[in-house]
Amino acid sequence: MQPGAEFGVFSRVPGGVWAAGFVLLFMPLVAGNFWLFQVFGWSFCLGIIALSLMFLAGYGGMVSLIQMTVAVLAGYVVAILGSSGVEQISLGLAWWLYLPLAILIATAFATLVGALAVRTEGIYTIMITLAIASAFFYFTRQNYGIFNGYSGFNLVVPPRLFGIDWRQPTAFYYLSLAGAVLCYAAVVYVSRSPFGLALQGVRDNPRRMASLGFNVTAHRIAAYAFAGVIASIGGILLVWQTAQVAPFSGGISAVIDILIIAVVGGIRRPIGAFIGAFIFVLLSTFSPDILSAFGLSNERFKLVIGIGFLAVVFFSPDGALGLWERWRARRRSAVDPLTGKALAEGRP
Amino acid sequence: MTEFARRNPFWSLVIAVLAAVFLWLILAPWSPGLEEALGRKRVFLNAIFGGLTLGALYFLVASGFTLIFGLMRNVNLAHGSLYLLGGYLGYTISTATDQWLLTFPAVFILVALLGLLMQHQVFRRMQGEELRQTMVTIGLSVVLADVMLWIWGGQSYTIQSPDWLSGPATLPIVAGVGRNGEAIYMRFPQVRIAILVAAIVIGVGMWIVLNRTRLGMLIRAGVDDREMLTASGVRINYVFLAVFGFGAGLAGIAGMVGGTFQSLSPGEDTRFLLASLVVVIVGGMGSIPGAAIGALIIGLVEQIGLVYAPTYSVVFTFLIMAVVLAFRPQGLLGAGR
Repeated sequence: MQPGAEFGVFSRVPGGVWAAGFVLLFMPLVAGNFWLFQVFGWSFCLGIIALSLMFLAGYGGMVSLIQMTVAVLAGYVVAILGSSGVEQISLGLAWWLYLPLAILIATAFATLVGALAVRTEGIYTIMITLAIASAFFYFTRQNYGIFNGYSGFNLVVPPRLFGIDWRQPTAFYYLSLAGAVLCYAAVVYVSRSPFGLALQGVRDNPRRMASLGFNVTAHRIAAYAFAGVIASIGGILLVWQTAQVAPFSGGISAVIDILIIAVVGGIRRPIGAFIGAFIFVLLSTFSPDILSAFGLSNERFKLVIGIGFLAVVFFSPDGALGLWERWRARRRSAVDPLTGKALAEGRP
Repeated sequence: MTEFARRNPFWSLVIAVLAAVFLWLILAPWSPGLEEALGRKRVFLNAIFGGLTLGALYFLVASGFTLIFGLMRNVNLAHGSLYLLGGYLGYTISTATDQWLLTFPAVFILVALLGLLMQHQVFRRMQGEELRQTMVTIGLSVVLADVMLWIWGGQSYTIQSPDWLSGPATLPIVAGVGRNGEAIYMRFPQVRIAILVAAIVIGVGMWIVLNRTRLGMLIRAGVDDREMLTASGVRINYVFLAVFGFGAGLAGIAGMVGGTFQSLSPGEDTRFLLASLVVVIVGGMGSIPGAAIGALIIGLVEQIGLVYAPTYSVVFTFLIMAVVLAFRPQGLLGAGR
């Protein structure tokens, strides 16, 4: 879906990626504004945030629920330092000042949380990041001096640059597409860099990596920092897409939505985050119509999402990508000559 | 306890002094200077007792959570949903039958049955896969939350406490001095006192069962070496089923309690899931005394924070968790992992 690896050796890029890139690039010619802005724009924003979770979970083995909070914090910084509908708080700084600051502050927060969370493992990491995320949610809801409490900020729009209104559907589509491609490429690049390989080594066997002389804790914290950068880019795009940021943007259900997106798409590969986000956005946009077609109240979309998520974690731990790979493996019936097992392709 | 005092003379002294100051603050009448510094004594006392009862409620939820996790390594992030479901069921049953006390066993049995179903259908299939259990229970909690919203709607409910428990009781603690110089005694809702007592009884009972009975011995042994216990002819699966059912039923009862002196509405499930997460992180995973201490600390901090610094009360809870994590990642009473 993402033309991620455009740079580098072009000939190695499979045809599917070229096709997907071509389709995505010329999408505005066929798709309506609703699809461009509401479906694709939103999918890219959520996909970037889920991508940061995928990086931590897939390559680092750390399932962190803090990524949505980091993204929302970046959105808050944009709203506070930039301009918004709440004029008594927003400072109205220039975009080249508040964008780096937003990424910097949110990344610092992510690193701090990471420093706490890497002291624990597995389920404990989930619990601690969930607890911190909820503390952030309750704090923003109660704090009126900086975060404007319950109502948060509205009218947070991207700056007019180069004479383009970036909130127009086509412009925002390309903006979020560019952000998604950039983040995807960064994650793919980092995962193949020495740091990324060491991180995957830490995921598979921390003790061996430690005895080889790698600083396991530092690698994990650095992974949190990198994922924080990705998440804050997603958060800035998300706040521009929805034009508002409020405590509920980082509420428990939003935090869990990101986990659902990453898992449903497939947490082992970066592209899974975007597939999951696309499925999630499609479901949440169109489930009212589907539900009322079945004679159910159209508020039951959480039920659809929850049952779908349950089915995925029950039957296919690798998410939609895992299903796809299994289907392909069965069609080709590719068999490893040594073990006799079906080949699973594209493992990280 | 004497062991602890012998090994850490400094810290036990600090704890003893703090406890003495605390007791003095509660029991002694306050001088005007102190009242000026800390506000009215009645407000302080109410915060303390509110914190104690809130801690009791947190203990009821968190002890079931930590029991299931500590003994069976089962991660149940749908525990908050069991709490809320227990509350809603309690509301429905008690308004229909008008029997507050009889509702408790009914709620316990219903929620415990649901817990048994979960253990049988979910956890037994993925024993040892903690992350998958987490994901599945998160999905379950999303589904349960929406089903409950479907059935009971978005409004908030309060369970009516019975006549013989309504109204305040007068405690033998001086809350202040009246205008004519006579002491005013503290008054506190009877329901909350009953809940506090019940939580203490349940906690002590659980500790005794786990540490002093044959069943407790079986449970603890099963945690350490399941195969050996099975080989000795114990049907360990039944023991674990019983523990899971008990922990779930406890969450249901806590929901009934919470619905009586607070209220029930969508969102309470995550609130209490998080409360139990924080409590067991602070107290130590799998330890009943740890859950008691953690619940006490979190309840007190939350209430005192609400009275004296309302904006930052959540941050205090979180700060305590962060400090505990930084110095003792396994929790105050947790065993080393």
